[in-house]
Formats: sequence, structure tokens, C-alpha cells
Amino acid sequence: MPDPRFKILTSASTSGPGDAGRTGSWRVERPVIDMDRCIPAKTGKHACHLCWLYCPDNVVSKDLEPTIDLEYCKGCGICAQECPAQAIEMIPDADFIKGADRE
Amino acid sequence: MNPGGLDYNYEDWTTIMNMTAKTSVLNLTQEEFIYPGNRACSGCGLSILYRIGLKALGRDCIFVVPPSCLTVMQGLFPIAATQMPVLNCTFASTAAIATGVRAAMKRLGRDTQVVAWAGDGGTSDIGIQALSGALERVEDIIYICYDNEAYMNTGVQRSGTTPQGTLTTTTPLSGKAEASKNIPAIIAAHNPAYLATCSASYPLDFHDKLLKAKEIKGLKYLHIQTPCPPGWGCEERMTVEIGRTAVETGLFDLYEIEDGQMKLSGPSQKLLGKTSLRPVREYLEMQVRFKALSDEQINVMQAEIDQKWAGYRDTF
Ligand SMILES: Cc1ncc(C[n+]2csc(CCOP(=O)(O)OP(=O)(O)O)c2C)c(N)n1
Ligand code: SF4
Ligand code: SF4
Ligand code: SF4
Ligand SMILES: [Mg+2]
Repeated sequence: MPDPRFKILTSASTSGPGDAGRTGSWRVERPVIDMDRCIPAKTGKHACHLCWLYCPDNVVSKDLEPTIDLEYCKGCGICAQECPAQAIEMIPDADFIKGADRE
Repeated sequence: MNPGGLDYNYEDWTTIMNMTAKTSVLNLTQEEFIYPGNRACSGCGLSILYRIGLKALGRDCIFVVPPSCLTVMQGLFPIAATQMPVLNCTFASTAAIATGVRAAMKRLGRDTQVVAWAGDGGTSDIGIQALSGALERVEDIIYICYDNEAYMNTGVQRSGTTPQGTLTTTTPLSGKAEASKNIPAIIAAHNPAYLATCSASYPLDFHDKLLKAKEIKGLKYLHIQTPCPPGWGCEERMTVEIGRTAVETGLFDLYEIEDGQMKLSGPSQKLLGKTSLRPVREYLEMQVRFKALSDEQINVMQAEIDQKWAGYRDTF
């Protein structure tokens, strides 16, 4: 027989994004992809996707033109380091905050 | 919607996996089992492993995790990053608790995979007796040790697997005096059903070793070298590069042991054909934790690696 008090004694979490908050705010530099260099974007064929594979925080998409979720990207720069086409540049986030075209 | 044929659902993908020998970036599932916005540091090697490892394990598993960076990364309360159930346990009891969970699953008639996933401190020091017991009893679990070579979660204290000469917060001046424990060798002495070493820099190799482990009965042990930027003293972007350098210099070897037979895996196997490997100094100079090593110590390390590989060339 289940003990009706069991629920009271148990703590359980629900799964979801952002348990550490908007981790994009940890970032100092943000990755920016140059689609003229990116292999799948340039060839229109699925290839490479190493930025998607290695991103520790699962914020890069596996699309022909990869996108990055800046809400949660921690700005580690592994994607830029591993990109075989040098298509990703790490640009100081401050540059984006100061400008009028702030996202 | 699906121009490249990449968007497999999990079942389709499993079928495809059974047809192809190796997973590639292209056929690796896009399904994610961990959410972004978790508490791991930026550039964490464990995050890469956990994310790709979960893709191999699939939804039908339960994790048993002792105190470690993974406890933090898996998610806390009330939101957790991991989409599968995780049971947190005390340090010394990981393999014992995993044994109990497996027994409960058996009683319920479920094939649910039980995966103990612990750090090097939790495995090589504090949890080793429970693990040795589970190995001796041939429990049907997967045990993963991610080895970031120190107690990272509490601020980089030296552990049993910290290499000799490494600077940590408890060996701050001249580095750790003692040599590191060879945990895979200790596990191998128990004759496990399957043993493999992996690296966070080769996540697909880890993925496929997990797929293999899932099919084997008995205790499967995977030991993974896991770069950690704050603990190793390197830039966050260097995580993958450093792990790769450890393998390419011949310092950390990727291999499997099945039926007592050791076999080098892909990236390490390839090195057999080379007449000389990258010098270990390249690996050491990438990390602040090795700053206290003397030239003499580095030469000794290099000589040990050369000797090990001369042995491999004779054996394989
Ligand atoms: C019995 C006990 N002693 C100490 C601690 C504190 N503690 C929590 S995590 C941790 C470090 C674990 O190191 P490791 O297993 O290598 O995992 P990592 O943090 O490096 O990922 C320690 C010492 C604890 N929770 N329980
Ligand atoms: S790693 Fe570089 S080339 Fe490859 S998909 Fe990403 S951005 Fe494109
Ligand atoms: S690899 Fe790092 S920098 Fe690149 S997208 Fe992922 S979190 Fe951001
Ligand atoms: S301390 Fe190291 S292992 Fe722990 S979360 Fe940070 S990078 Fe990852
Ligand atoms: Mg550790």
C-alpha cells in the first residue's frame, strides 16, 4: 500500500531549460557565424555540423544555416575553435549592447 | 521540413544505428535529452559528454549520481536540466545504489538501463569499494567515471587520479607529490564484461562505446578523460583541443577491453602507424596546472610514453 505521506517527504524537479537562469548573461564574447564561409550554408548540403556536435550547451542548430540561441549560449568559443572553415568569430558582447541595433 | 533526412525520431534512428557500424555527425540524432541554461561552467568538457552520452543511452534509463559537478549540471530544484530520472546518492554508495535500482527494475520486469555516473574522486577514492563489490557480483549496470583529474566541484582539490606534479588547491606549491592511480587497470583486474576509455574530445567514440555497452550483460565500465577549464587552467575554448592533444601525444589512450583482450580504438589506433607522436610538452604547456613541472619531470613523462608506445607497437 502506498503511504499517502510519501509525496510530502519527496522532492522532485520538473525538467526544463534555464535552471541556472539566462546563461547568455555569463557571456563576454558571442559567436557570430559567417554564412559565406560555413560549409553547409555555402554548399546547401548537410555536412560538417561540428559546432553543433561540440557545443557543450546544446544551443547550436543542425540547420544548413546554423543558428545559435544567444539566450543560453555561455560564450565558451569551442564552436569557433573547432570550426574547420574558421567561419565563427567571437565578438565582444559589449559591442552589441552599446550599438543602436541592440538585439 | 526534413530536406537532409536528418530529423529521425528515436526509434528510426536506433534502426539506422544498427545498420551502420559507426555514428557520424550527420546521422547522430538531433533529439536532445538535456536542456540548455544549466549550471555547468562555460566550456565544460563534462557537458559535451553528458549531452552526447544521453543521446546514446536514450530515454529508458535511470541515473545514479553522487556529489560532483554532474549533480550541479543535471539540474537542481525546481527545474532540472536532465529529462531522465536522476537519483542522487552519497559518495561511497554509488555502485551499491545502482545495484539496488537495477534489482528494483528487475522486480518490476523492466529493462530500464541503470547508469551510475560519477567523478574521479567519487570513483577512484570514495566510491571504490562499492564499485569493486558490484564488479565482483557482476551487477548488470553501466558505470561511467568522468575523470577531470581532481575534486572540481569543491574547488580543485587533488584526487587519486590527479597526475603527479599537478598544481591543485591542496598541492599549491610544487604540485602533487604522488603518482596517480590507474583506475582502468584496477577495474580491469576485476574482469568486467566491458571496459572502455574515452575522451570528451571524441564524443562520437564515447557514443558508440555506450551503444555497445547497452547490449552487453554484466558491469560495463567507461573511464573518460574530461578537460575542465577552471580546474586545468586553460581558456574555455580549448577544452576539445586539449583532450585531443592528450590523445595525439600518446599520453591518454582510447581502448576497449572485452574478454580480457585489449584493443586500441580509432584515434589511438591511428597513432600506431606513426613513427613519432606529438611531444607531451605541447599538452602540458596548454595548462596552468602543469606550471610547476621541471624539465626533468617532463623528460621522465616523455620517456614513459615512448616506452608505453614501443610496447603497443610490439603487441598490436
Ligand atoms: C562524504 C562527502 N564528502 C565530501 C563532500 C563534498 N563534495 C561534494 S562534490 C565533491 C567533489 C567531487 O569530486 P569528483 O568526484 O572528482 O567530481 P567533480 O566535482 O570533479 O566533478 C566533494 C568533495 C560530500 N558531498 N560528501
Ligand atoms: S563548424 Fe563551421 S563550417 Fe561547420 S557547420 Fe559550424 S559554422 Fe559551419
Ligand atoms: S560552443 Fe560555446 S560559444 Fe559556441 S554556441 Fe555553444 S556555448 Fe556558445
Ligand atoms: S568545474 Fe570543470 S567539470 Fe565542473 S562544471 Fe566547471 S568545467 Fe565542468
Ligand atoms: Mg573530478
